[in-house]
Amino acid sequence: MIKRALFAASIAFSSLTFAAGAGEPAPSFSLPNLVTGKSMGLSHYKGRVVYLDFWASWCGPCRESLPQLNTLRNELKRKGFEVVAVNLDENTEDAKAFLKQFPVDYPVLLDPEGRVPGKYELPGMPTSFLIDKRGNIASVHVGFKSEDMPKIRDEVIGLLRQR
Amino acid sequence: MMKLIAVVMAIATLSACTTVKPWERGYLAKDTMQGAPIAQKSALDRHVYFAKEGSSGGGQAAGGGCGCN
Repeated sequence: MIKRALFAASIAFSSLTFAAGAGEPAPSFSLPNLVTGKSMGLSHYKGRVVYLDFWASWCGPCRESLPQLNTLRNELKRKGFEVVAVNLDENTEDAKAFLKQFPVDYPVLLDPEGRVPGKYELPGMPTSFLIDKRGNIASVHVGFKSEDMPKIRDEVIGLLRQR
Repeated sequence: MMKLIAVVMAIATLSACTTVKPWERGYLAKDTMQGAPIAQKSALDRHVYFAKEGSSGGGQAAGGGCGCN
């Protein structure tokens, strides 16, 4: 009787975890675009190198990262590089105010309920995932400092050279 | 006996304790969520307190910050 109860409890409390580390396929999702309202996902960018950036208006380092990523994206867009930002503000107005101050040209998707970060198991904010042309995670960047940019740039260029 | 175990297990599942995920820290970052209304005053108080105590830390609520550490 106790054995059966324990067995049932272990089934009840087990949970699926989506591990999202380097080398694994990036978990898929579909979120509305802030500007167009259309739902978009990573499948839209297959064949391109994608820098998936999870950010929020309350995240300090994001004030540095967004403009610098915008510069990199505009530089390498023609070569097949895109930055896809997922905003995790629970109040979207905060995100809009932030973007007025730090405007970007790349797509910003909205996830106010925070459904997607659980799939990616974000260790902190901001966290970014560099995804190669085949849709696999090439590297994970937690936090952001200006000194990270040259390394990110080199990684992106390396992935762009891949078939 | 079984009833007791069932009740304990039921209570365990009702726990309201949860960890705040890094991306859920938006509300904790708001000014109104800080302990004291004036940041400079609390910084000064902290400095005086820790200098006199000869130790430091423990002043803020757990779960603040960007979640990287």
